Amino acid sequence: MTSINQVQEEIKDEFEILGSDRESTIYYIMELGNGLPPFPEEARTDDHIIKGCQSKVWLEAKEEEGKIVFLADSNTDITKGLISLLIRILSGRTPDEILQAELYFIEQIGMGNIIGSQRSNGLASMIKQMKLYALAFQSKLNA
Amino acid sequence: MALDLTHIRSLFPILDQEVNGKPLVYFDNAATTQKPQSVIDALSQYYQTDNSNIHRGAHTLADRATRTYEKTREMVREFIGAKEQEEIIFTKGTTEGINLVAATFGRKYIQAGDEIIISTMEHHSNIVPWQMLCEEKGAHLKIIPVSDAGEIDLEDFKKLLSPTTKLVSVVHVSNALGTINPVKSIIDLAHAQGAKVLLDGAQSTSHLEVDVQALDCDFMAFSAHKIYGPTGMGVLYGKREILESMPPYQGGGEMIKEVTFEKTTYNEIPFKFEAGTPNIGDVIAFQKALEFVKEIGKANIKAHEDDLLAYAVEKLSHIKGFVPIGTAKEKVSVVSFLIKDMHPFDVGMMLDASGIAVRTGHHCTQPLMNRFGIEGTVRASFAVYNTKEEIDRLAESVHKIAKIKNK
Repeated sequence: MTSINQVQEEIKDEFEILGSDRESTIYYIMELGNGLPPFPEEARTDDHIIKGCQSKVWLEAKEEEGKIVFLADSNTDITKGLISLLIRILSGRTPDEILQAELYFIEQIGMGNIIGSQRSNGLASMIKQMKLYALAFQSKLNA
Repeated sequence: MALDLTHIRSLFPILDQEVNGKPLVYFDNAATTQKPQSVIDALSQYYQTDNSNIHRGAHTLADRATRTYEKTREMVREFIGAKEQEEIIFTKGTTEGINLVAATFGRKYIQAGDEIIISTMEHHSNIVPWQMLCEEKGAHLKIIPVSDAGEIDLEDFKKLLSPTTKLVSVVHVSNALGTINPVKSIIDLAHAQGAKVLLDGAQSTSHLEVDVQALDCDFMAFSAHKIYGPTGMGVLYGKREILESMPPYQGGGEMIKEVTFEKTTYNEIPFKFEAGTPNIGDVIAFQKALEFVKEIGKANIKAHEDDLLAYAVEKLSHIKGFVPIGTAKEKVSVVSFLIKDMHPFDVGMMLDASGIAVRTGHHCTQPLMNRFGIEGTVRASFAVYNTKEEIDRLAESVHKIAKIKNK
C-alpha cells in the first residue's frame, strides 16, 4: 500500500494539472465527491454529524484488522469531494498512522483559496474528527 | 428614463476588478451595496479635516463636525418623509433599531398576556428581540403565515389581530424573497385595534419611495449600508409622542440633561437614545449616499431594477433544474432560487469561481426556510449599477452548473 505521503503527492500532482483556474478545480472537487462509496443509512445519525454553517458531514469509522475504514457523506457536493480526499489518504490505515499523519497537501495545494474560509474550517473539523476516531480505536486496541 | 449605467458604474470603484480571473459581477446587494467614491471620499475627508467630538465642543472643529453631523439628520428626515428631525435616531443599523424599540417601548408598554405580531418572513433580527421580550414579560408572539408564493394574506393577519395586540413588527420587503408586503394595510388594520407598528425597512429603503407619514408607521428601522452608505450606521424613525414617552435605551454621555448621584434627568429626543460618542464619520458620509440616490431618483432606480428583475426571471426560468423560491406579485430586485439536486452552498461557490458574487444559505430567515422545507437558497439581488449583461453572465453560469445534475 502506498504511504500517506505518497497519496498526498499524487493529489498534489492532480491539482497541479488543473492549474490556477478555480472554476475547473471546484468542478474537479465536486466530481471526486461522486466517487465516494454509498454511506450506510443506519449510520446517518446525529452522533455521526459534523455540522458546519451551511453543510453537514456524516462520518462513520470502523475497525478492520487493526486498520480504520472511514465512510462519509455530505449534503453538499464540494464537501463530499473534500472528504473523499481525506478518505483516500487516511482510510485503511492504522490508528498510529492516522494520528501521525501531517496533511501538508492542503496548504501546498492552496486549498484555503480554492474553497474559502468557511469550508476550510469544515475541512479542519473533519480531520480533527478522523483523528479522534483514530485515538479512540488506538486506546481500544491497546487495552 | 434609461439610466447612464456606464457613468453610474464609474462612480463605484470596487466594481472595476476581476475576481477569479473574471470581471466581478456583484449580485449580493441585499446583503450590502457598494459605495460610490463620494461616500468613500467624504469619510476620508471628515477624518482629514473635520474630526472632532460633536455637541458641547467649544472649538471650531467640534462645531463644524456637529453641524455636518446634524445635517445628515435633516437629510434622512427628508429621505423618509418624517415630520421632524427629532424623530430620527442614529443607530448602528436596523438590528440595533429594532432592539432599541424592544428594550424601551417594550420595557414600558408590553405586559404579561400582551401579544406581539410578526410574520414568517422576518429576519432573525426582527424575531429574536421579540422572543427575548416576550419571555421576560410573559407576553406572546404571534406569527403571520406566508403563502407558497411568499406572500402575506391580510385575512390571516386580521385573524391574529385583537385588542391584546400591542405591537406589530413586520418586514417591509423580505430580504430572502424580495416580497413587498402590504404594509399600509397592515398598519391601518393594526392601528384600528390600537396596536403600534414597527417596520423593518432594511430592504425597502433602497428600492422604494418610503414616506413614513403617508404610511403612518410608528417606527421604522433601516441601515445605511444597504443604501450605498457606510456600514455601522443606521436609523430608527419613531413618532415624536411615542419616542418622548419611552424610557432611554443605554445610559451614558450625550443622553443626559443633568447627572447627580441622587437623580439623573434625560436629554430630549433624539439625544435621549444616542448615548456615547456616535459613529460621526459614517453618519456624515451617509449624506453622499443620500445625495447619490436623490440625484438618480428613486423612481428611476426602481424602474431599472424592475427591468433587471423581469429580465433575470425570464432568462433563468428557461434553465432546466431552476427552482425559484418566492414568486410574489410585488417584488423588489431579488431572485432567490435553488438548482434541483444541488446544495445552494455549492452553487454559490461555483458562481464565485466564475466571478459572480451571490449569497447562499438561510439569509437569517430560518423559520421562513423551514416554511418552504428547505435549508437555504441562492440569492441574487440587483442594485442600480447592475446590468443586463451581468444577468446574462449569471444565466450562463447557472445553466452550466445546473447541467451537472439536470441533464
